[in-house]
Amino acid sequence: MQDSGIQVLFQGTNFLRLWEGLWVSLKIALISMLLSMILGIILGMIMTSKSKIIRFICRVYLEIVRILPQLVLLFIVYFGAAKHLGMNLSGEISAVMVFTFWGTAEMGDLVRSALISIPAHQYESGYGLGMTKLQIYRYIIIPQTIRRLLPSLINLLTRMIKTTSLIVLIGVVEVVKVGKQIIDASRYSNPTAALWVYGTIFVMYFLICYPFSKISSYLEKKIKD
Amino acid sequence: MDIEFIRSYYPMYVTAAKMTLGIAFFGIILSLIIGLVCSMIKKMNIPVLKTIVNIYIELSRNTPLLIQLFFLYFGLPKMGIVLSSRTCATLGLAFLGGSYMSEAFRTGIDNVASIQTESALSLGFTRWQVFVHIIMPQAIATSIPVLCANIIFLIKETSVFSAVALADLMYVAKDLIGIHYKTDEALFMLVISYLIILLPISLIFGWLERRMRYAGFGNTSTVPGN
Repeated sequence: MQDSGIQVLFQGTNFLRLWEGLWVSLKIALISMLLSMILGIILGMIMTSKSKIIRFICRVYLEIVRILPQLVLLFIVYFGAAKHLGMNLSGEISAVMVFTFWGTAEMGDLVRSALISIPAHQYESGYGLGMTKLQIYRYIIIPQTIRRLLPSLINLLTRMIKTTSLIVLIGVVEVVKVGKQIIDASRYSNPTAALWVYGTIFVMYFLICYPFSKISSYLEKKIKD
Repeated sequence: MDIEFIRSYYPMYVTAAKMTLGIAFFGIILSLIIGLVCSMIKKMNIPVLKTIVNIYIELSRNTPLLIQLFFLYFGLPKMGIVLSSRTCATLGLAFLGGSYMSEAFRTGIDNVASIQTESALSLGFTRWQVFVHIIMPQAIATSIPVLCANIIFLIKETSVFSAVALADLMYVAKDLIGIHYKTDEALFMLVISYLIILLPISLIFGWLERRMRYAGFGNTSTVPGN
């Protein structure tokens, strides 16, 4: 067979299967992102607390998450939980747990820095105008915080999507795994399949992440102006 | 926790850590060079090269290292380019890091006021001299916090090297879990190894960053790479 081997992508439903595989990673990223946003906002508010002990505990949590590679956290949950809790956590569940644990810390720090970047006179002027605390948050603080948060939030989402590529290493059947299956299945009929399959996966990740990073940098510029 | 087990198997972790750090070192040096060259090309506005650099940066920033490594290690041999695991890992790290470093340098360069360039040009410096003697020293000072964050990020990214058949820390841990079923000990040593590698670096960088801020250089609004 004297051909480039690109047709491996169009045999059967191969191309569709790859996208389905990527969707598995994306789903995990989106679920974790949603959970970490909710938990992160709560953590961010806790982190602005005046108590030194609470701030210290939050700091330790953040540093642990930042220092250990995400893959190490995945291993701890995936292998550790199986042994200690006697639970057979599936790769997907472990991944969601780890990415939420990680995302919450990052999100908390973002929320914290957005909250403290709002100058005190914003609160004071609000009080001066006779607004209640709830009104100040609703009309003054939260709108400004969201504007400042949005670029880094989207940035975190792209990082989350990129990091979900690691889950193949704890045995989740996602895009890389599907790619390997396709390569193995066409080992004899199409020996150069690996080049095309991995090339395609590379481009697929790019197509997913590129729009997000463009939006993020656009928003960042818009806020600066 | 089986202390005896830890004692007899920790040398495996030491070997793995040394190998990873060696690759990380070369990868980071390469990525700094790539970053410097890319930011220079962007600053000097060289027509065709600039487009190539932009494409490279977008490609590298928007794809995961694992996929880049898979492509290098399993894909390229089909085109007749066979690379060893070590070369793949180093190149992959440099490919990923180059764009992050380039962005860090670029922020630094953008922060140098244009009056500096204009003054130097009016004093008769050539464009090259302006870049090397006026812009770069100031730019590097400003971008140090981001550079440090990128270095830590890249060291953390080395944890995926086991995917291209390198016997790194993750590989050793997985191996020990598989062979001896000593999950606790293996994971414990894994965490300790990463802490020993990353904690001192992160503390030193934190200190360095505070020093730079003292000097009035630090730009607190910069976002770390990872």
